[in-house]
Amino acid sequence: MAEFLQIEGVSKSFGPFQAVRNVSLSVAKGEIFSLLGGSGCGKTTLLRMLAGFEEPSAGRILIEGRDMAGVPPWARPVHMMFQSYALFPHMTVEANIGYGLKHEPLSVAQRKDRVREMLDLVQLTPMATRKPHQISGGQRQRVALARALARQPKLLLLDEPLAALDKKLREHTQFELMEIQERIGVTFVVVTHDQEEAMTLSDRIAVMDKGQVQQVGSPTEIYEYPVNRFVASFIGAITSFEAEVTARAPGTLTLHVPAFGQEVTTREADFAPGAKVTLALRPEKLVISKTRPPGNAVQGVVKDLAYFGKDSLYRITLASGALVQAHAVNQARGVAMVADWDDQVWLSFDPSAAIVLGG
Amino acid sequence: MNRRPTFLITMLGFGFAFFYVPILSMVVYSFNASRLATVWGGFSTKWYVSLFSNKQVIEALTLSLKIALVSATLATILGTLAGIALVRFTKFRGRTLFSGLVTAPLIMPEVITGVSSLIFFLLLANWIGWPAQRGFTTITLAHITFSMVFVTTIVQARLLQSDRAIEEAAMDLGSRPWQVLWDITLPVISPAILSGWLLAFTISLDDVVITSFTTGPGSTTLPLLIWSKVKLGVTPDINALATLMVLVVGLGVVIAGIAMNRAEARRMADERLAYRAQG
Repeated sequence: MAEFLQIEGVSKSFGPFQAVRNVSLSVAKGEIFSLLGGSGCGKTTLLRMLAGFEEPSAGRILIEGRDMAGVPPWARPVHMMFQSYALFPHMTVEANIGYGLKHEPLSVAQRKDRVREMLDLVQLTPMATRKPHQISGGQRQRVALARALARQPKLLLLDEPLAALDKKLREHTQFELMEIQERIGVTFVVVTHDQEEAMTLSDRIAVMDKGQVQQVGSPTEIYEYPVNRFVASFIGAITSFEAEVTARAPGTLTLHVPAFGQEVTTREADFAPGAKVTLALRPEKLVISKTRPPGNAVQGVVKDLAYFGKDSLYRITLASGALVQAHAVNQARGVAMVADWDDQVWLSFDPSAAIVLGG
Repeated sequence: MNRRPTFLITMLGFGFAFFYVPILSMVVYSFNASRLATVWGGFSTKWYVSLFSNKQVIEALTLSLKIALVSATLATILGTLAGIALVRFTKFRGRTLFSGLVTAPLIMPEVITGVSSLIFFLLLANWIGWPAQRGFTTITLAHITFSMVFVTTIVQARLLQSDRAIEEAAMDLGSRPWQVLWDITLPVISPAILSGWLLAFTISLDDVVITSFTTGPGSTTLPLLIWSKVKLGVTPDINALATLMVLVVGLGVVIAGIAMNRAEARRMADERLAYRAQG
C-alpha cells in the first residue's frame, strides 16, 4: 500500500526563479509532518501546491494514490489553515466554521450539530455569535482550526500555525494542537520557520533550503545526526571547525583540528584519511572543567558568560582565537558556577557527541 | 514658534472663506424678498413657494434623479466587475491596455468625452437607426461611461487592501470561484461598492458638460435648467433651488459621517471586549 501523501519529484518555477526543486517526500496517515526552513526556502510554495493554489511545474502529488494534477482547490480532500487565519470578517464564528459544510450533503440539523461539535472541540462555544474582530488572537487561531477541520479533511495543511501568537500563548496552543490532532487522527502537514515549534510538534521534519529538501527525519535524527552543515546550523546552536581526517580505525575516526592545535577522536564515519571535514559541536555536549579530563579536551579562556538560572552559557576563546559556545547546567544551588570570567578552563567532549560532516 | 500656527490658521481661514462665502451668500440671498438678485429687500420665503409650484423645475429634478439612479446602478455593476478583474486576474491578455482604457476617462477632458459621445450616438443613429432621439437613454449611457471609472478606482483600492487569503480560504473550503465572489468578495468590499455608487450618483446628478452634449429636445436635467436660467440672469428662485440642493447634500454628508463614527465606536468597543476576553 502506497503512502498516504506522496510527493514525487515536484518542482515549481515562477519565471526564471525556481522556488521548489525536485522535492520528493512521503507522509504516512495520521502523521504530523513539518516543512522547516527559512523564508524563501520554498516551504510555503510546496504547501500551496498541496492545497491546489499552485500547479507543480514538474512532478506529481498523490493523495491516497490519487494524482492531484488538475484537481482544483475546492475539489481536494485537503483543507488549509492560513497564516493570517483568513477568517471571513463579515461572518460570525459559527458561520465561519459552518461555511465549508454547505458543500456537504448534510441536513440543517446535522450541519448545526457539526458546528457545535467543532466549537466544543476548540472550546469556543460561548463565542459562537461573535465576529472575528470581536475575539482575541488565540481564539481566532482556534476558529481557523475548527473551520479547516469541520469538513473532516483527510489532510490538514497548517501555514505557520503559531506565528501570530505571543510566546506564552504559543506554547499552550502547541500542545492543544497536538492533542486535537491525536484525538481526530487527521494527517497534518505544517509549514514553519521556527525550529522549536517543528521539534515539539512533529513526528517527522523535512528541513528545506533553496527549494530543496536537505534532510528528512524525526526531530532527534535531525538534531543529533544532521547530514550537512546547513541542517546542523539551522537546528539548534552549534560551533563548527574545519578538520582533516588523519586516521580511520574500526569504531573511531581521528581528526586533526587546526583551531584546537591538536587531534581529537570521534565515532567512525565514512571518510578516508586526508578528507577535509567539518567538526560540529553542540553547546550542551561540551563539558567545562578546571582540570584536564581524559579523552578529547582543549584549553581556553572564558570570555563571556550568561546566567539563565537553570543553566549558563559560556563563550570560550581557544588559544587559536576560535570561539566556542558551551552550556552548563547549574545542578547545585548557591554553588559558584563552574568557571568565571577570564578563568582558564578545559573543554571536553565524548567521541560520540561530535558531529563529523563532509566539506 | 508662535508664528507658524498663526500663519496656518490664517491660511485655513482664507481657504474656508474661499469655499464657503459664495455658498453662504447664495443661501442668504435665497431668502431675499427683492426680485433683483443683488439687492437685499427684506426676508421672504416666497421663492421657495414659487419653486415648488414650478412644473419645469419639478420635471427637471425628476429626470435628473432618474438618470442618476439608473446610471449610478449600472456604473456600479460594471465598475465593480472591472475593478475585480483588474486586481484579481493579473495575467490576462491585454491587461495593461484594459487598465489604461478603464482609467483614461478620469483624465480625459469632459468636453472630449461629451463630443465623442455625441458623435458616437449620431453615427449609431445613422447606421442602425438607434438612438432615434437623444434624451434619457443617451444621457444615461454617457453618464455610465464616465462614472464607472470612479467606481472601478474605489473598488480596486479596497480590493488591494483586502487579504487575498480569505478568498483562497473559501475556495479551499469547497467553493467555486463564482461562489467565492458572491459569498466573500462582494460582502467584504460592499462599503466600497456603496461609496462608489454614491459617488457615481452625485457625479451624474450635477453633470452639465457631458449632459449638454448628449441631451435632446425635451430632456432638461436640473443642472441644465439652472444653467439655462442663469444665462437669462440670476433670479432668486435659482438661489432657493441651489440652497435646497446644498441642504440635501449637506444632510447626506452629516448622516454618513455620524453612521461612520458610530460604526467606528462600535468596532473599538468590540476590540476592547476581545482583549478583555483574552486577558
